[in-house]
Amino acid sequence: MSFISGFCHIREGRIITSLQDYRIAAGTVEEFLNEGYSRLKVAYPKFYKMDPQSQFGFLASEILLQERSIKQYPPEGISVVLSNSTASLDTDIRFQKSMQAAASPSLFVYTLANIVMGEICIRHGIKGENAFFITPAFDPQLLADYVENVLEQEHVEACVAGWVDVLGEYYDVFLYLAEKKSGMGQVHTAEEIEKLYTQ
Amino acid sequence: MADLKVQIIDALNLKHLKPEDIGDDQPLFMDGLGLDSIDALELIVLLQQKHNTKIANAQEGSKIFMSVRSIADYITANQKN
Amino acid sequence: MNPTIHVVGAGVISSIGNSYDECFKALQNGEHGIRPLTSLDSIYKDILPVGEVNLTNEELAHHVGMDKPVTRTSLLGLYAAKEALHDAGINNFDRLRNGLISATTVGGMDRTEIFFPSYLKDKTSGHLSDVVHHGCGATTEVMARTLGIKHFISTINTACSSSVNAIMYGARLIQHGILDVVVAGGTDALTKFTINGFKSLMILDDDLCRPFDNDRKGLNLGEGAGFVVLVSDKVLKENNLISKAVVFGFANTNDAFHQTASSPEGRGSYDAMEQALNMAKLNPQAIDYINLHGTGTSNNDLSEGTAIKRLFHDKVPRLSSTKSFTGHTLGASGGIEAVFSIMALHHQCVFPNLRFQTPIDGLDIVPQRAFEKLPLTHVMSNSLGFGGNCSSIIFSKNLKR
Repeated sequence: MSFISGFCHIREGRIITSLQDYRIAAGTVEEFLNEGYSRLKVAYPKFYKMDPQSQFGFLASEILLQERSIKQYPPEGISVVLSNSTASLDTDIRFQKSMQAAASPSLFVYTLANIVMGEICIRHGIKGENAFFITPAFDPQLLADYVENVLEQEHVEACVAGWVDVLGEYYDVFLYLAEKKSGMGQVHTAEEIEKLYTQ
Repeated sequence: MADLKVQIIDALNLKHLKPEDIGDDQPLFMDGLGLDSIDALELIVLLQQKHNTKIANAQEGSKIFMSVRSIADYITANQKN
Repeated sequence: MNPTIHVVGAGVISSIGNSYDECFKALQNGEHGIRPLTSLDSIYKDILPVGEVNLTNEELAHHVGMDKPVTRTSLLGLYAAKEALHDAGINNFDRLRNGLISATTVGGMDRTEIFFPSYLKDKTSGHLSDVVHHGCGATTEVMARTLGIKHFISTINTACSSSVNAIMYGARLIQHGILDVVVAGGTDALTKFTINGFKSLMILDDDLCRPFDNDRKGLNLGEGAGFVVLVSDKVLKENNLISKAVVFGFANTNDAFHQTASSPEGRGSYDAMEQALNMAKLNPQAIDYINLHGTGTSNNDLSEGTAIKRLFHDKVPRLSSTKSFTGHTLGASGGIEAVFSIMALHHQCVFPNLRFQTPIDGLDIVPQRAFEKLPLTHVMSNSLGFGGNCSSIIFSKNLKR
């Protein structure tokens, strides 16, 4: 069995982890994201080119992995398993609008649910297996089962997993880190994932 | 060229930059601005939509997009009126 | 791999045929299905070469017995999944723990994009029935209901590697005794959304694509669906089913390089192929044929080719890209090409890589030029998706271990 050694939940203007719980006062989602990014104090201008879904994924993973590092693991030993209900709908709508004038290549690139995983992997040098599931609602059982399965493989040590659900002004982003050998944190089960999610 | 810089910043989401931060002759695709292949494609769209100037393919684009000045020169020479 | 995962049924629909047998004949005869766009009301109609399925939505609906308005993506998926189930011939399907893992990138966009223009002009116009099945998950649900799959459904969207990832997931569910039979694969329909998007990325060929050729200019888009039916050894024996092939190994990795381009040395695809071989406990020389991802873009073919050279050195097996026949069917490509790989094992043959003339500079890889019958034991299929999602799967003849 593996362990949940950290998490980050971003919803309704709040950022919650096992170590912090704070609000960012912001009018729009864009303002929230920009403020969240500047508080990170990292230099990663590519952030501005991402779509909101990838920006949320970037923010949550950055905060999570600042609190609990994965640098001790080889790149192939880390996996990513994410999910949501909206696939890439938020950006699909923006792209569809751009098609009225001229299809925007930089928007089109983000009209796929899994690009957020690509951005997280590029940022943290993660080369292991990655999967993205579309489910009607947050599904802790799916994550618990699939992530345990992935971690059963000998060469896999850790997995960044969770839920990145974004549409217009609505966002619900929950990422956690599951580690095979850490022995600290909560046991990686659906019940524990649910508890952290509803904290 | 100042207007062009504003358009470039807007089209490429370079929110951390102001027009004054981009030199007229500064290489756009080297370490300085760190633009990539997708940015090049957006510039092609920008030239088409805002300056009525067509670029046939991505390879042609890489020569034209060396700097803001080279883009401005290309527009002046090729704009369809 | 323990327990052995058998493929007992396969179904496919693409621009080269409306069935497994029709597609095989076309592959055998070198007949591709890439023609100027006809079915969409697009500025590229009659101009852009694409791989369209030669059936209208009405014809597809009639064939699968669907009387409600659903998306083309669902119809294509149902068409191929039904063929796969029929092929498997499982009499007590309902009494087994059954599941559907379907993949799609475009979902119901084919209908949504019809809804939008009138809706944007006037919010009281447009039919909501055009958008109720927009979501990727809705495609799977429509399929599951019609196929009578009750125990487990899931939808995967990881760009061009989606449907092979669905097959991997299906294999794992059986391996761990969670399900007895899984229908797995993917489907995608052509839409203006994808055509316009790919046009803006400037990676389409205005002519017929030329995978792995030095003068290649890009990809042709396509549509279709490919599904397989997977069972364990135990279910195979208890139900007297026939094994077409065995899922011998697979792997998925992330290239961690760029949102849409592959790393020049093909790190992600190299790792995926190597890890699939490790799972199968095979050396690279054991692979008899590779069904390439081979889209025909400058970037993919160089990257994938480089990875292959690094892994196989001077013992590169027979290889070809069947996208030279079908076009790039995006989310369905992994599923369709899995079926083609199984076809290759079944008929003991390799398929040609059409329109190849000159090897890529510096790579010295010559894909298969003609259809050829050969003894095959292990076939590898690669699917490399945007977001750096790289998958490789190995299908093998059912050898008694």
